[in-house]
Amino acid sequence: MTAFYQPENLMDALTWQSENTGVIAAGCTDLLAATTAQSLRGAVLDISGLAEIKNISRQEDGAWRIGAGASWADVAAAELPAAFAGLQQAALQVGSTQIQQVATVGGNLCNGSPAADGMVPLRVLGAQVELVSVRGRRRMDLADFVTGPRQTALAPDELMVALHIPAHCAQGKSAFVKLGARKYLVISIAMAAARLVVEDGKITGCALSIGACGPVATRLPAVEQLLTGITSQDAIAGVTDVRVAEHIAPIDDIRADRGYRLQAAGEVLRRAVAQALEATECR
Amino acid sequence: MPVKQTEITLNVNGQRHEIAVDPARRLSVVLRDDLGLRGTKIGCDAGDCGACSVLVAGEPVCSCLMPVAQLRGREVTTVEGLSADGMSNLQAAFLRHGAAQCGICTPGMLVAAEALLTRIPTPDRDQVEQALGGVLCRCTGYKKIIDAVMDAATPRTQAVLPVAGAAVGARLERLDGTAKVVGTEVFGADLVPTETLLVRAVRAPFHAGRFVLGDFTGWGRDKGVTVLTAADIPGQNRYGVIPGFEDQPALAVDRIRFKGEPVALVVGDAAVIEPLDLGGFPVDWQETTPVLTQAQSRATADTPIHAARVGNELITGQVKQGDAPAGLAQAAYVASGTMKTAYVEHAYIEPEAGVAWLEGDVLNIHACTQAPIMDRDATADILGLPRNRLRIRESATGGGFGSKLDVTLQPLIGLAALKTGKPCRMVFSRTESLQTTTKRHPGDMQAQIGVDADGHLCAMAFSGDFNTGAYSSWGPTVANRVPVHASGPYRMPNYHAQATALHSNGPSSGAFRGFGVPQAALLQETLFDDLAQKLGMDRLAFRLKNALQDGDRTVCGQEIYGVGIGTCLEALKQPWQQAQTRVAAFNAAHSDIKRGIGVASCWYGCGNTALPNPSTIRLGIKPDGSLCLHQGATDIGQGANTVIPQICADALGVAIADFTLIGTDTFLTPDCGKTSASRQTYVTGKAAEMAGQALRALILGRANAGPAARICLQDGQLVVEDNGETRRIDPAGLPENEYGYVLMAEETYDPPTRTLDENGQGVPYAVYGYGAQMAEVEVDLRLGTTRVIRITAAHDLGRVINPLLTEGQIEGGIAQGLGMALMEEYIPGRTENLHDYLIPTIGDMPEIDSILIEVPDPEGPMGAKGLGEHVLIPTAPAILNAIRDASGARITQLPALPHRVLRAIQEATT
Repeated sequence: MTAFYQPENLMDALTWQSENTGVIAAGCTDLLAATTAQSLRGAVLDISGLAEIKNISRQEDGAWRIGAGASWADVAAAELPAAFAGLQQAALQVGSTQIQQVATVGGNLCNGSPAADGMVPLRVLGAQVELVSVRGRRRMDLADFVTGPRQTALAPDELMVALHIPAHCAQGKSAFVKLGARKYLVISIAMAAARLVVEDGKITGCALSIGACGPVATRLPAVEQLLTGITSQDAIAGVTDVRVAEHIAPIDDIRADRGYRLQAAGEVLRRAVAQALEATECR
Repeated sequence: MPVKQTEITLNVNGQRHEIAVDPARRLSVVLRDDLGLRGTKIGCDAGDCGACSVLVAGEPVCSCLMPVAQLRGREVTTVEGLSADGMSNLQAAFLRHGAAQCGICTPGMLVAAEALLTRIPTPDRDQVEQALGGVLCRCTGYKKIIDAVMDAATPRTQAVLPVAGAAVGARLERLDGTAKVVGTEVFGADLVPTETLLVRAVRAPFHAGRFVLGDFTGWGRDKGVTVLTAADIPGQNRYGVIPGFEDQPALAVDRIRFKGEPVALVVGDAAVIEPLDLGGFPVDWQETTPVLTQAQSRATADTPIHAARVGNELITGQVKQGDAPAGLAQAAYVASGTMKTAYVEHAYIEPEAGVAWLEGDVLNIHACTQAPIMDRDATADILGLPRNRLRIRESATGGGFGSKLDVTLQPLIGLAALKTGKPCRMVFSRTESLQTTTKRHPGDMQAQIGVDADGHLCAMAFSGDFNTGAYSSWGPTVANRVPVHASGPYRMPNYHAQATALHSNGPSSGAFRGFGVPQAALLQETLFDDLAQKLGMDRLAFRLKNALQDGDRTVCGQEIYGVGIGTCLEALKQPWQQAQTRVAAFNAAHSDIKRGIGVASCWYGCGNTALPNPSTIRLGIKPDGSLCLHQGATDIGQGANTVIPQICADALGVAIADFTLIGTDTFLTPDCGKTSASRQTYVTGKAAEMAGQALRALILGRANAGPAARICLQDGQLVVEDNGETRRIDPAGLPENEYGYVLMAEETYDPPTRTLDENGQGVPYAVYGYGAQMAEVEVDLRLGTTRVIRITAAHDLGRVINPLLTEGQIEGGIAQGLGMALMEEYIPGRTENLHDYLIPTIGDMPEIDSILIEVPDPEGPMGAKGLGEHVLIPTAPAILNAIRDASGARITQLPALPHRVLRAIQEATT
């Protein structure tokens, strides 16, 4: 039986989902792109009307909450600290303007694509996801949420309702660099984000991430550690291809081969670091 | 499974609609099918093309990606809503700037632009690109679209049409443009008569194998649908575009030769057919190992894909003049190299679509096409119908570029209509279109070119294996065109070129803007840079030195006149010098990013290669004084509906506004051949010129007036002024002929060519067009990415009939050439959508400076030559030469994706 359920509120949505385990539809830019049918089939839970999961707001403790239902256009337009600059740059590069209007942050993550544009800038923000079901509410690191290509920790009766950026991760400045074979509407060959906290010319906080170069977007803890404590002038030299390669597992595909990605990943990451540092300098 | 329908209220273009609909249905389909608002186009159903863009609460979205219930009452604006008060300034700007060519992307572009203009009334170029980045266009090259949006604040004015005698050369808006910008144009998917049945094809899920149909009758009965198979085909289940090469079944029998090949049709009510899971169709598939490349085709020569094509060879073409090996042996310098090109997809934004219905015993087919008469003949043979019982009406065609020359759905919907007696339609999904329609031939080419110590070309040897795919299509044309053109427009005294079309289990390769010549030019023009380097000569000067001139003989031994290549190359001299200075300054200041320039030429014979290809134009005056032009040259965006009347108007000597255009329809328009081979402006234009002159002679004769007399149409009367005397002819008083005309002319023109002998010597074409392009690029040495900054394009048209449309053709050709150079690669079974198969977006386009050259052709109408295919031939080689100039990277495999460029950079520096 086809059913398209549009709940009035989150509680109704969770209740319905616990009984029906339908396909969760928000922006539908992945769901409808993946079918040749002219309608979504089967049981569908449409959460695109739930205002309570769309807000982007600063919490009292300085943390940030991004509603999973916020569109990329919402993210791009939001007033956010400089630590979110990379996320906002990514927001403007998700598909096209048309896609950004409806596609949601949560959908991008739940879709689990290795080339998801949102993953990389959110990884450098230390994002946690908030998952809710009638059984309760839980939080986990984004790193633990996306477990592989098209694989997530989302239980069948759960909804992702928000992302949380801890206060200490909302510090510094960030940048995002996407590499593709054309300007718009392009799936990444490789992408990188960097968030840096610089104090008195020294890097005191560093978060780096690379996407489309492995099953899931990855952080680069060894490189982050190396950069932490050094002067910002020395940062770029620290991001070597060899060091970056230890953290990624690229494959050959139609967009590029593995060998290229091993080189390009380092380069896009260096550019992300350079951009983040540049932003740091012109405060 | 019944779909639960819900009452939904829609607010569209200020109107409220209450409809019962599946809430999860795509908004695009609801707008088109339930509300009849077919101005919104569907190009991919995946958000990849943006053709279906509409505004929801003022913001652009892809309506194909929105379940209708998600609107929740929000206001929707479609293209129809933009012209609620007549034509908007934006729409008028699109017309004025020539931003709508075929028109299929126009609604999406307009809607996306409207959202931008609401925020920013006078946007800059970057803002326009950002706003329109999500809408693909395949034929304009985007430049005129950007110009139009930037100029949308200018109040619209009524376009003024030129007076008598001033049509040719006028920068005229397209005469058929209004419907394209207000959303009323009727493309292949837009005509849906009542009670039309839907047809879908059951298609092979793999590249090669066999199949046995199961109990499809029982399955069909169970589902309530009609199933048609090859056994239902009343005529000959075999077709092809070239006589003698017919090899493709309309519906496959036993054997699968390419992925997506149709094996059966299901026909029935749309509500039943559309959601049907064809995966359950009873058929036993047996997959075998496919042959997908030229090398594999050669390797499996013992077991050819078509038993009669020994060694998998469809055909080999050759041209031989002088003694190439001897010439190379004597050369001071020889450049040798290879070039490998990819399958390239036409990627028009309109997937194939059409509808067939019976009127009495006449089968009507309304579909997008480039070749109505060929559609008629092929379809009639398949369906066992006499020609006079099949009427092909061209729908508006949303891009073709060669692929819509071949029949696709015509025989299938025709069969369904004959069997069911009801109107039957078919609309290819983007995947069906990508899997099953023709492609540009992948080429594996090698060549050697020699020069003497003074820099004169002395010899060239060229050979190429071209992957022609499963069926013949235009493979023979490519095999013949390539050797004729592989020298480029240069003197080449000793020459031997061969091209072989090899079968594979890939999609059939057919016609694509240039018929193999763009592939060959890539190798020839990149080797020319090697030669210039060896000679220590400037690359442009080297080309100029060897450019063909009037009275020279081509590699086919043809003496030619009206040769414009020298003039085109001369025109690039100054831009070339300026670019060199610019590039040197840039490179001195940058280390990781380098700029470079490259140049390449083209020549291209207009019309069929040494084969007849006549066009016939009928022109007549009705008793009411109306002047009708039967224009059967399909306008797929290139502008025949404007250019042909321009030529005809000046030949007849009346104002272009006096024409009523009729066509394209095989029952109404005489044969103007196919829109292909850059032949319409030349061949049909010549027929139009002759028909105009003939009707003029008839009128002047009747008025007893001299050749300089002026003719005009006034209040239903023909007024002839000669030497101050005015004579009036009242058409109402004259007898009508069988077509209902009181005065009529019908003229046929066929290019004078001469058959090529076994060495390819003869007169393959009566007219050639020429061009040269210069590319300025920026290469990121660390990532291997290439940005094309500027293309300067000098093209010799003989006579520019319409500069506005000419520029549009050039810009559009450059976009396709750029795509071919940098990103386009169709991989059978893998890139079956428009996010894996990439074509240039608005943000990938360079600045384009068009330089229009007029070296009159002795044969063409008013001196005119063809242009359509020429424009993309030099683009890719010019870009490759510029990449090498910038980075040292020698690219020998297309597309030049970043990983290939980076590897080539690293090879060049080690």
